[in-house]
Amino acid sequence: MAQDDLYRTVVLERAKTPRHAGKLDIASLHAQGVNPLCGDRVNLHAQVDTHGRIGQVRHETRGCAICAASADLMAERVMGQDTAQVKRIHAALATAVETGEAPDGLGELSVFAPLHRHRSRIRCAMLPWSALIDMLNDDKDR
Amino acid sequence: MMDQMVTGKTDAGNSLRHVRADFPILSQKVHGKDLVFLDSAASAQKPRQVIDSMADTMRTQYANIHRGLYWMSERTTEAYEAVRDQVAAFLGAGAREEIVFTRNSTEAINLVAHSYGSLLRPGQVVLVSEMEHHANLVPWQMLRERMGIELRVTPVTDDGALDMDALGRNLSDGRVALVAITHMSNVLGTITDARAISDMAHAAGAKVLFDGSQLAVHRRVNVRELDADFYVVTGHKLYGPTGIGVLWARREILEEMPPFLGGGDMIASVSFERSTWAHVPHKFEAGTPAIIETIGLGAALSYIESIGFDRIGAHEDALTAHALKVLGQVSGLKVVGTAPQRGGVISFTMADVHPHDIATLLDRNGIAVRAGHHCAEPLMRRLGLSATARASFGIYTTPEEIDMLAATLEQIRGFFV
Repeated sequence: MAQDDLYRTVVLERAKTPRHAGKLDIASLHAQGVNPLCGDRVNLHAQVDTHGRIGQVRHETRGCAICAASADLMAERVMGQDTAQVKRIHAALATAVETGEAPDGLGELSVFAPLHRHRSRIRCAMLPWSALIDMLNDDKDR
Repeated sequence: MMDQMVTGKTDAGNSLRHVRADFPILSQKVHGKDLVFLDSAASAQKPRQVIDSMADTMRTQYANIHRGLYWMSERTTEAYEAVRDQVAAFLGAGAREEIVFTRNSTEAINLVAHSYGSLLRPGQVVLVSEMEHHANLVPWQMLRERMGIELRVTPVTDDGALDMDALGRNLSDGRVALVAITHMSNVLGTITDARAISDMAHAAGAKVLFDGSQLAVHRRVNVRELDADFYVVTGHKLYGPTGIGVLWARREILEEMPPFLGGGDMIASVSFERSTWAHVPHKFEAGTPAIIETIGLGAALSYIESIGFDRIGAHEDALTAHALKVLGQVSGLKVVGTAPQRGGVISFTMADVHPHDIATLLDRNGIAVRAGHHCAEPLMRRLGLSATARASFGIYTTPEEIDMLAATLEQIRGFFV
């Protein structure tokens, strides 16, 4: 069977056995991301300190492998980051999925670069990130 | 597993193999693989007869219709109006005036909802089913907001058939003005018993509309034998172009209905004080219509008639039986919708593999299927699913393509275990 760089081991593993799934006992922020086109849904729970720095993130994802793996890798990657840093990583990921070229420093998230050949699936990977950024923006506005 | 499936094949569904040569797109490669197109329920591919008729129109015989006083316009008008006769014959209509050209079936249903809907009174009921495409649901919800009608829903049974007992109960208070129900589900493949629905609706004093978008591709429709009041179809699923659909309605109902869109071509006379309307069907065809697409639809209907629904039906029944058999052998695969009367639209889930992942991985192998909620979100909720993958067949589909689908699904399943 022809498959694709997209479904690399890390994507399949994270989708199958996520390391950051679930809830947090003491989450300060919550957010939900929904893709109305396919019904995929990500619930995020995060600890964010008064300086806007993320402690932990947990996710509950009902979606495809790309969405689930993205949520799990995101939860890992944003630990200890502040809003500005999260937005930089998000922008780098957006560039990667648009162009197929992973910017320096994208690290493990570069597994999603092959999405540039599957444009209808880009939003699957970006859904958890949009939800996270909405959550951080809402927190700042408060 | 693949070998087992391929060697298990029969001649089922081979009878129309020769038509593939008429569809130029089928020789295209996708990701370096032969295209296996299993998404005809979304939109069918086009035979060269349709492509040529449209290109020839633009090359040799094109002008605006109904108003030109010159040779080109008159010939184009004749070609356009000849398709109205063709469609009338195709649907078994009583008269050519009962054929209204629209953009697609969605627009045809919106036409009925706006125009016929404006004749309804608050408290009257439009009755739909749980397996409607959004096209036969949202226009009635919008009518509910405008007119204060009630929208009532008839459930489907667990196997995906229309619950006829519930339909009877829903009709029993005599308040139902219109029953609007699919003739074949785009998700489950279920074919509804349109004649029985008509009889029940009429006995309760209701009119009946059938969304024939899916069914008219696979079975001969005769609106008079069905005793329907409204019937809608769309050209692009009938191997014709996009941008052309049809509303059929009984002439006396069309005459009673006010216009939908206003503009040129739909008037008898216009002054600043008042305008009067053209006779049916032109009353409902404002503005320059999709002339080239209508002529393309005519070519598509001629093409279908040249094959004949006896052969199309036999071919698709054989393919569907073959597909249900081989897909049923794929580990973890569950067909969604097992009503006894069904056509070549098969939705399925496969263990924990998300339908979008299935669709992407099939695509890498040249196999095109649909995945998602198929514009039928309430049905998905009823089934407790957020999405399914869907394979659907056309006259050009072969049993080998279905075998390839099944074998590739088995491999995808192995990939995710």
